[in-house]
Amino acid sequence: MRAWIYLLAAAIAGAIVTTPALLVYVLGGGTVDDALFAALATLMLVSALAVVTMRDIIRCGLAMIVSFLALAGIYVVAGAPLVAAAQVIVYIGAISVLILFAIMLTQSKAGPASLVFQTQAAPAAIAAIVLAVLIGVGVSATDWGAASERIRTLTEPLARLLFDEYVLPFEVVSVLLLAAVIGGVFIAKRETGTEPD
Amino acid sequence: MADSLDAYLVLAGALFAIGTFGFLARRNAISMLMSIELMLNAVNLAIVAFGSFIAELKADGSVIALMVMAVAAAEATVGLAIVIAIYRNRKTPLVDEYDAMRR
Repeated sequence: MRAWIYLLAAAIAGAIVTTPALLVYVLGGGTVDDALFAALATLMLVSALAVVTMRDIIRCGLAMIVSFLALAGIYVVAGAPLVAAAQVIVYIGAISVLILFAIMLTQSKAGPASLVFQTQAAPAAIAAIVLAVLIGVGVSATDWGAASERIRTLTEPLARLLFDEYVLPFEVVSVLLLAAVIGGVFIAKRETGTEPD
Repeated sequence: MADSLDAYLVLAGALFAIGTFGFLARRNAISMLMSIELMLNAVNLAIVAFGSFIAELKADGSVIALMVMAVAAAEATVGLAIVIAIYRNRKTPLVDEYDAMRR
């Protein structure tokens, strides 16, 4: 019986994701890339909304992984395949696992908290909607001088740029990562002898 | 749609707004960190979109996006370590119960 409920939920989710793509492709007369962009954008926004609204925090973490995956697809559509690969490796492979570990370590035995949101949830929603509208208006009112089609970023020029012109920031980032690793271990380490109970 | 910069920027703005809402409204500290990750992803999407639509930028957009990812990984490490350290002392991940400096 439970399996049917999950299948139904999966079918509804698939319909929500594919409907905008079909609308763009069939009614709007767009290309396959347009349809792909619409589907991935819908998937990303829906799963991001799930991250900030769902009650069970482990499901929030899993929805965040779906959101990262859809964003990697959007990077591919935008013509930056190496960034998409780095997105999958860094975010889905590393940061999501880190966050899921932290969720497991801080779950209380009483289960998810009965109140998901703070008391300021309604003002926060208004502020977020105002922010989205302002960004939309600002973006559409500005002339960016953009090209009329995407310019693909090939891997070889990117690598030459990264290890030639940007080599100093690259090394600084590696030192920053080392500092973050040492700092994370130091902060999360259990202090011996000063434990309160 | 996939060939207009505005679509990518509006999408990035929407994702950033969702992250803002999550950061302001959630009670759980780890949910707030996840919302920060969403906001960083939105900014990264805007950077990549600029890189692939402004001809003068060439590959710089992708390089900067990779740098942002590395810095975001460092931020997540330290942030989650801080949350775990606080959890060990206060036994709760809910931020509105961290009121030691208010009393």
